[in-house]
Amino acid sequence: MEWIQQLVNGISLGSIYALIALGYTMVYGIIKLINFAHGDVFMLGAFIGFFAIARWEMNVFLALILAMALCAIIGVIIERVAYKRLRNATRIAALITAIGVSLLIEYTVIFFRGASPAAYPTVFETSNFEILGVKISTQSILILSVSIFLMVLLQFIVHKTKIGKAMRAVSHDADAAKLMGINVDNTISATFAIGSALAGAAGVIFGIYYTRIDPLMGVLPGIKAFIAAVLGGIGIIPGAMVGGLVLGVVETIVSALGYSLWRDAAAFVILILILIIRPSGIFGKNAREKV
Amino acid sequence: MKKSKVFWSYLALALVIYAVVQFLISGNMVSYASQNMLITMCINIMLAVSLHVVIGITGQFSIGHAGFLAVGAYISAICTMKLGMPFVTAILIGAVVAALAGLLVGIPSLRLKGDYLAIATLGFAEIIRIVFLNIDYVGGAAGMQVTHQSTWTYAFFGVFITILVISNFTKSRHGRACIAVREDEIAADAMGINTTYYKVIAFAIGSFFAGVAGAIYAHNFYIIQPTAFGFLKSFDILIFVVLGGLGSLSGSVIAAIFLTAISTYLQGFPETRMIIYSLVLILVMLYRPKGLMGTKEITDLFKFGKKGGTRI
Amino acid sequence: MSALLKVENLGIQFGGLKAVQNVNLQMNQGELIGLIGPNGAGKTTTFNMLTGVYAPTEGKVLFDGKSIGGLDPYKVTRQGISRTFQNIRLFKELSVLDNVKVANHGLAKHNVLSSIFRLPSHFSGEVKMEEESLAFLKIFGLEGFRDELAKNLPYGMQRRLEIARALAAGPKLLLLDEPAAGMNPQETHDLMELISFVRKEFNLTILLIEHDMNLVMGICERIYVLDHGQLIADGTPAEIRSNPKVIEAYLGEEVTE
Repeated sequence: MEWIQQLVNGISLGSIYALIALGYTMVYGIIKLINFAHGDVFMLGAFIGFFAIARWEMNVFLALILAMALCAIIGVIIERVAYKRLRNATRIAALITAIGVSLLIEYTVIFFRGASPAAYPTVFETSNFEILGVKISTQSILILSVSIFLMVLLQFIVHKTKIGKAMRAVSHDADAAKLMGINVDNTISATFAIGSALAGAAGVIFGIYYTRIDPLMGVLPGIKAFIAAVLGGIGIIPGAMVGGLVLGVVETIVSALGYSLWRDAAAFVILILILIIRPSGIFGKNAREKV
Repeated sequence: MKKSKVFWSYLALALVIYAVVQFLISGNMVSYASQNMLITMCINIMLAVSLHVVIGITGQFSIGHAGFLAVGAYISAICTMKLGMPFVTAILIGAVVAALAGLLVGIPSLRLKGDYLAIATLGFAEIIRIVFLNIDYVGGAAGMQVTHQSTWTYAFFGVFITILVISNFTKSRHGRACIAVREDEIAADAMGINTTYYKVIAFAIGSFFAGVAGAIYAHNFYIIQPTAFGFLKSFDILIFVVLGGLGSLSGSVIAAIFLTAISTYLQGFPETRMIIYSLVLILVMLYRPKGLMGTKEITDLFKFGKKGGTRI
Repeated sequence: MSALLKVENLGIQFGGLKAVQNVNLQMNQGELIGLIGPNGAGKTTTFNMLTGVYAPTEGKVLFDGKSIGGLDPYKVTRQGISRTFQNIRLFKELSVLDNVKVANHGLAKHNVLSSIFRLPSHFSGEVKMEEESLAFLKIFGLEGFRDELAKNLPYGMQRRLEIARALAAGPKLLLLDEPAAGMNPQETHDLMELISFVRKEFNLTILLIEHDMNLVMGICERIYVLDHGQLIADGTPAEIRSNPKVIEAYLGEEVTE
């Protein structure tokens, strides 16, 4: 029975990775950039949620929405200020800029508030209930429901709305989309906004679940979410969700087996294996370079 | 041969720099802190130049260089501290093992390009770090005590040999082959260049000298800990190469010297240092994406339209 | 005359799509042969299979009696097949001379250690590479631009440099992928003369993809025609010009001088 509990923990962790991975995968799909700063948007989301709940005594759901909204704005600012000029630059230049933006966000936060961690306020009484002898905390259920709700919402946006159609068109062929009258710049900004909002939500959920946040908290989950996106097939939205869940479950199992110090290595081993065996990911198709 | 004249004058210049600094040190005219900064500078130059071979020359975007630094540091420390070997032997063994690690990382990474390669090298470096973190023999998270053995002499000749070897490599058919891989891998392949071989060679040479730097680093700070070799360290090294100019050896040397000096003065304000670093990185990428020197070398600036000098 | 290149039932599939199938070619030592066809007929794909960029999924490629199908490109090049690219692929940040030297790489012997330690074999090897590369630049009239970066050359010279570079790899068989694309008639004419010259000078066998019918009909001894991934005709220029299948394939495109 303990294993089922671990599985639930793994799925909770995995759904956080999945939420962050969605932003990575959408941005990569549309401008082929590994947005290293994405993990830091996740961190900012956690802090916005923290201030909203602890200082301004907001309701959790309002705090979640506030964090999502502010993160969306931050995401768009990052895109407009730093990445927009780099559309035609080399991939290396874009990646290095992303690393620069990431470091800038982290150390600006440290500069203003120090590197010490903050304790997230308790928003729900932790109560457990039992189904068939398995103890499940209400928090896990909450996290899962919020994550699933957001993912369903995203699927709806991508497949049923005009902006979603534009996003898919631009990621398929930006030049052709432009010729069809799609405003490519706005579409890219919308992608950043949606991706960053999801990362912000993940930040708040992370804070509630793990209760400890700090300015460098986004680094590892950020990279792991990227691994999740690669695992699922980068640029593919359901792939990011599955990749996130798989990674969360694997990490939890590695910890449960008593190898918690190796937990981070597990993610990187998965990354390297997938890159070598199937670089296009679980759901990806192979692309070849035209000669 | 005109070129050998140039070589001898560089050699003479290097020896003069070495002798002057050594004279000042023996005369107790250099404070301990400044001595330390000089050694750190040398370590950073070695790291920058060794990464330059991989990224600047061969165009393989590796952001896990700190992994090889860690291998050199730990292996050399084991050699001196646990096995009682002399420092020079330890440096060599550390470098060779780091080169082997480079081969190990290079071979599976060869199928990857660009972003994917970058992330894979980052992953490998993290795995290397986590492995050291989990080995009690080298102290785990608490780290490993290492006696102070690095001196200006070791550091200087480390840099000297690194630059000599890498510049000799670059100015040969092998270096041209690597640059061809950087410029256009498919065309290089079609021109008869074994691209796989040269990517692996670049990784091996780069990690060999990162290993040398690691050995000198380990014996300069009394203690080595896995946290010192995380991806922030890799990014630090990356910044030297990118800022100096992708493809410019002298550019990465200048950037390493300059940034080491800046960080030494900002030692008390680590956040400010990182904010400045990251701003510089972003601004350089936005406004001068080829770095300060581009692919030019500082020696090119002194060649006033001179043509036809055979570069051998 | 023995066959230098013999291609049997060559084909390749991308996913479910058969891009090229059942291609049979034979080239004898010293021939200059054209490969033509409408856009998307599979000409460049065929080149890519011959040079190892793509591994063929069907058929055989025999070069000099040895099977080379599926070999890595650099190995194919060292067997003696060298090529140019339709969309110029020079090493842009290298000098004109270094571009040629890179191709000369496979003919040099000195190893990495001899270069690092500057052993005598390094110096003799590099001197030889430089002399040979300069000789190619002279033939192509590029010796005055030896230190210029390849990306700074005018378009026509870039095309010539690509051929010079391909020759420096020491081929027996040279594959030219639209060498005259984008050139004006005068440049094209000069190029034709140059191709004829190097063919004699280096005893080359040449396979040429070209859209410029004047060029193909003017210098090729035999022509193969591809359409929709299949060979539809082969023969002398005169035969090809009057072949109804070829005329149909080009449908409206004039096959005249």
